Amino acid sequence: MSEELAIDVRGMTKRFGDRTVVNDIALQVRVGEIYGFLGPNGSGKTTFIRMLCGLLRADGGSGTCLGHDVIRESESIKRNVGYMTQRFSFYEDLSIAENLDFVARMYGIPGRREAVNASIERLGLSGRQKQLAGELSGGWKQRLALAACLIHQPKLLLLDEPTAGVDPKARRDFWEQIHELAAEGLTFLITTHYMDEAERCHRLAYIAYGNLLTHGTVREVIDHVGLATWSVSGPDLASLARQLRGKAGVRQAVAFGNMLHVSGDDPEALERAIAPFREGREWTKIRSGLEDVFIHLMDRSKDNFDA
Amino acid sequence: MNERSGFSAQRLVAMIVKEFTQMRRDKLTFAMMLGIPVIQLLLFGYAINSDPRHLPAAVLMADHGPQARTILHALQNSTYYDFVREVKTEREGRDLLARGQVQFVINIPQNFSRDLVRGDRPAILVEADATDPAATGQALGALTSLFDQALINDLKGPLEFLAGTAGPVDVRVHALYNPEVITQYNIVPGLMGVILTMTMVMITGLAITRERERGTMENLLSMPTRPSEVLIGKIVPYIMVGYVQVGIILLVSHYLFHVPMLGSLTLLLAAAFVFIAANLSLGITISTVAKNQLQAMQMTFFVFLPSILLSGFMFPFRGMPHWAQWLGEIFPLTHFLRIVRGILLKGNGLADVSRDIWPLALFAAIVLTVGVKRYRRTLD
Ligand SMILES: Nc1ncnc2c1ncn2[C@@H]1O[C@H](COP(=O)(O)OP(=O)(O)OP(=O)(O)O)[C@@H](O)[C@H]1O
Ligand SMILES: [Mg+2]
Repeated sequence: MSEELAIDVRGMTKRFGDRTVVNDIALQVRVGEIYGFLGPNGSGKTTFIRMLCGLLRADGGSGTCLGHDVIRESESIKRNVGYMTQRFSFYEDLSIAENLDFVARMYGIPGRREAVNASIERLGLSGRQKQLAGELSGGWKQRLALAACLIHQPKLLLLDEPTAGVDPKARRDFWEQIHELAAEGLTFLITTHYMDEAERCHRLAYIAYGNLLTHGTVREVIDHVGLATWSVSGPDLASLARQLRGKAGVRQAVAFGNMLHVSGDDPEALERAIAPFREGREWTKIRSGLEDVFIHLMDRSKDNFDA
Repeated sequence: MNERSGFSAQRLVAMIVKEFTQMRRDKLTFAMMLGIPVIQLLLFGYAINSDPRHLPAAVLMADHGPQARTILHALQNSTYYDFVREVKTEREGRDLLARGQVQFVINIPQNFSRDLVRGDRPAILVEADATDPAATGQALGALTSLFDQALINDLKGPLEFLAGTAGPVDVRVHALYNPEVITQYNIVPGLMGVILTMTMVMITGLAITRERERGTMENLLSMPTRPSEVLIGKIVPYIMVGYVQVGIILLVSHYLFHVPMLGSLTLLLAAAFVFIAANLSLGITISTVAKNQLQAMQMTFFVFLPSILLSGFMFPFRGMPHWAQWLGEIFPLTHFLRIVRGILLKGNGLADVSRDIWPLALFAAIVLTVGVKRYRRTLD
């Protein structure tokens, strides 16, 4: 990973009508980095990515993407970026091979046939290249889309929920492939709703309602939010959760299997709140997980924006 | 950096190959594009028949002389009239007409043969149910010459002078003959233009909106393409389809309707290229403007209807008011009708049809330019 920036934008803003969907977001992604982009549904992740590759006109903002002006040079950006859309957007009435061939022609790849064959090989779809893309299962569509994004050897990959609906084994393979490619110098901006994937990113950013709430490494993000969390096990956790919620100092009480995670942003207030319930249960102070932090961020930003 | 890269033939080929594969796979649309010409030709070629024959007629025979019989036979032999009955009174004839049981009542007056031979030019009164003038026009128009022809044999020898200038019989119907309407000869070539307009505009009218609605536009736009590559790439495969349609129509009109082919086939095919391109350009431009497939369909019909009404396909072009003619000149169909009828029926050459080819080319160029300008490069 170098200090060179693949993405360096600031002030990125997008409005639909009078709704601001992406609000003044700045983002720096280094070359060779795997950057996680997280946030609740409708927070503006897809919109932001579309602005980066020139699919949506930004209402404000400036900066560069792979050294090209993000507002004015979208043609050059497109040539060097692989964008995997959230919704499958290849041609369902074309076969796997025909889709890849189309992309390869579009980018004018030298040795097109070999490139397509190699890509099919890597996908593990050698016997099925004549199958129509529309007949693939959801997970296989995702893999095809990723293969198609890679065929023109882009320098930057914008992957919008690439692993949604993909089984755990395939997800692990996918992330291994991502890390290998990153080691070769490719840069990734990946949106995901999975915490384990977030933890596999070098750095991440969290946005909600169009606002960038926090960014950095996993550790930095957790520390930055400064959430204190207790894990409790014992009898009747459901009613305990009900009683704790709404108490001063308690921001959230979330069940994790047969444990309950109780968090608050003021450690002392939190301890005071749980004191009456210590009896008969086993309480341990734990490091807040990413999920605790994100749920907390989501709740807090909802409070801010509803107000 | 070279931000604005030029038009790329390679990306155009990519689009063409893709569109062609998709077209081939869309079996229903493909079958329709080939089936529509045949079905429409058969339907309209036979159904829109402005030379109806075997129309039911009644006759009031007040005279039974030889010449009266000749007239009757001649009418029957013309195949325009089928004499379904003989009436005794004029009143009876009127009733039949009123009830729509006959289309004509032909009155052969008393002493018809005698007056004819005397050279008194006896009158034959033809009463026609003219509610549908198109249905009766031809049959009426044929009358005078029919009588003249029929009586030629009877008026031989001493009576020959009667076959002279004014005609031996005074037919009391005014001829509605419209020499431009040679029925299927006129309609079948016209149908070629109508069918091409309909299928070509409709099929490309959906091209861009379909990409948008299927979500594939997001992918297409994320690639470094130029609008012209996308639009032309979507047009080219359908030029071939257009030619297949032209071929089918020409075969059917030759073998089923025996439409003559006086001019050059090559010239016709060349002119068809410009016409097909004009329609495809119009379709693709509609689809860049339309927000969804429904809108695209509506716009297609918005263009299609006036094309049919003002081009001279439905109504004789010269019969329309000037403003309508002026409007009609805009539509490609108007020019193509002149071209195709001219080449097929009049044997027109390049010099004759070029007058109508350049407006087609101009139309295609202007419309396609609008399409390229209107093509949205973003998802906004
Ligand atoms: N073309 C559009 N016109 C109007 N509003 C839009 C448009 N596209 C997106 N939005 C709105 O912008 C907001 C952000 O949408 P976006 O798709 O960027 O969210 P997201 O973070 O990708 O969500 P998800 O996790 O569900 O994919 C949503 O509220 C959405 O309704
Ligand atoms: Mg999204």
